[in-house]
Amino acid sequence: MSRIRLETISKTFGEELALSKVSLDIQDNEFFVLLGPTGAGKTTTLRVIAGLEKQDAGHVYFDESLVDSIPPADRDTAFVFQQYSLYPNMTVYENLAFPLKSPLRNFDAADIDRRIKDAAEKLRITHLLERKTARLSGGEMQRVSIGRAIVRKPRVFLMDEPLSNLDAKLRESLRVELKHLQKTQEVTTLFVTHDQIEALTMADRLAVLNNGKIIQIGSPDDIYDRPASTFVAQLVGTPRINLFETEFAGGKLHSLKNALEFDATGLEPASKTLVGIRPEDISISAQGTFHAKVVLKEPLGVETIVHLQTEDNKLLAIVPGISHHQIGETVKFEVNSDRLHFFTTEGERIEAKGVAA
Amino acid sequence: MIKSPSKRRQLSDRNIILLFILPTMIILVLMNIYPLFYSLYLSFTDYSVISSVAPKWVGFQNYQTILSDTRFWKHFAITGQYTIITVALQMLIGFGLALLIKEKFWGSGIITTLILVPMMLSPVVVGLFWRLMYHPSYGIVNYLIGFRNINTAPEWLGSPTLALWAIIIVDVWMWSPFVMLLSLAGLSAIPDYLYEAAAIDRAGSWFIFRRITLPQVMPLLLIAVLFRTIEALKQFDLVMGITGGGPGDATETVSVRLYREAFQGQFDTGLSSALAYIVLIVIIAISNLYIRQLNKVREG
Repeated sequence: MSRIRLETISKTFGEELALSKVSLDIQDNEFFVLLGPTGAGKTTTLRVIAGLEKQDAGHVYFDESLVDSIPPADRDTAFVFQQYSLYPNMTVYENLAFPLKSPLRNFDAADIDRRIKDAAEKLRITHLLERKTARLSGGEMQRVSIGRAIVRKPRVFLMDEPLSNLDAKLRESLRVELKHLQKTQEVTTLFVTHDQIEALTMADRLAVLNNGKIIQIGSPDDIYDRPASTFVAQLVGTPRINLFETEFAGGKLHSLKNALEFDATGLEPASKTLVGIRPEDISISAQGTFHAKVVLKEPLGVETIVHLQTEDNKLLAIVPGISHHQIGETVKFEVNSDRLHFFTTEGERIEAKGVAA
Repeated sequence: MIKSPSKRRQLSDRNIILLFILPTMIILVLMNIYPLFYSLYLSFTDYSVISSVAPKWVGFQNYQTILSDTRFWKHFAITGQYTIITVALQMLIGFGLALLIKEKFWGSGIITTLILVPMMLSPVVVGLFWRLMYHPSYGIVNYLIGFRNINTAPEWLGSPTLALWAIIIVDVWMWSPFVMLLSLAGLSAIPDYLYEAAAIDRAGSWFIFRRITLPQVMPLLLIAVLFRTIEALKQFDLVMGITGGGPGDATETVSVRLYREAFQGQFDTGLSSALAYIVLIVIIAISNLYIRQLNKVREG
């Protein structure tokens, strides 16, 4: 229910630079994801917004008001920690009541009860209300800690990798529930994760962080289809994007041993250019212009990841369903040239001029 | 010369186990188990170690003597009063110190070490130098608390009401650090994120203390109470060092009386054994109450 704005936030821990001039503008009711590897500064960003950490430079605004000097309690955020952070020795009910019973708020008993029952129902933990938190499973604990966030309507939900301690099945179902919850509750949400699938599936918009810097901000489509750098390109998408060096010659890009050749219309001639191809943009077909040897197959049911070896490099391709190609067989393949990604050798994206990206 | 493995003398696992356990078992039986049961037997006799007469069975007579004598009840009352006050003060001061020391500040390390020093001293030494410090004419205690005139200054060890407090002060000074140490262990085990979650949940500081800090350190606090209670019920060395049980019998704890019965005057071994057993039963009963409470807290 609030717009959150970070203005050139910097933060160091001792010698270590945690955040470097991070600016974000998160819209009201937006589900915003911070994606990045461990140590990128995602959690620090969240803690700065919550007020648990004080930034060295820069400002935090909630709506239009500056909250830099406001303590965590008065910022009216709800924080879901990675380690559940339930109060031990209390029942689930008491845990959910805790944020409402604070002497700094006045909710009457009936209101508290109604809010708890409501939240419990949404998270399907009604049957656990009388249970002590020590006797809950990981998934149940995380539901309760999310419940503790939604019993009051905070200005913003801050979630620090809430799903990463759960097993894969549970993670998938909670992911869907969380997204649904966020849409029905209409609360601005900041969600931190290192899992690109979580980020792409849940986010309205996401920011990719690395080494305390924001690399790219955009919708999941933007990030996936127009990665700003090789770092982003490699971070999102499984299997990973195919990335290799090419040389410019005669208006075309050639892979180093000429196994692959691409049209370079609209590109500035450069001695070396990195080309990225998503595995789904390689299709194996008898009419293909290029050829390679099948070295490995990973059948996943819906699709098969085929490892191809050209004279230059290894490429991953995704084939729908089960692939019938034999290992060792030479196959022909085609590359969807509309969806090629070009990067400088430093990793910066090059937009081809005149070519619809 | 290589011996064949079969000829080599090898210890079987079972023998190794015996080798490790037996010495302990033998010492335990000789030093603890045997005296325990022998003194139980003696408590039902009129035996005295300095007489050459064999122990004669007298049944419950020793127990009857003790429990019907008002002077013995006075020792129990003194010990009980002493235990309750000293343990309560140690818990308050020890836990309070722990809450202060928990926050890291400049010099907190060295201050922690200094606070722990009294605990490391021998109780007899502590008793003797506090006796000097309490001395009405040249002791530093009265000087420090502002009584410079010998005639009006309190006589710590000479007054029947003050003497027990004098011992309590020393015991608290000596053992509050122990409570602090246990409390610190408990406090530092509380994860930060609980406090952070509480801060975001807008919990007040009293609320945080009562609902997070206290329940989390409770098991360790109860252990501290248990240890200190047992020690206080057995209090002997400090009393002997500071007052010797005086003035009169104002500070004569059960253990001091036990010592007098066993090793002074008549050397009444039978009676003192009976008294020792009564103390033992009281301590076991109280410990059990604590441990039951501890288990309840642990289960949450």
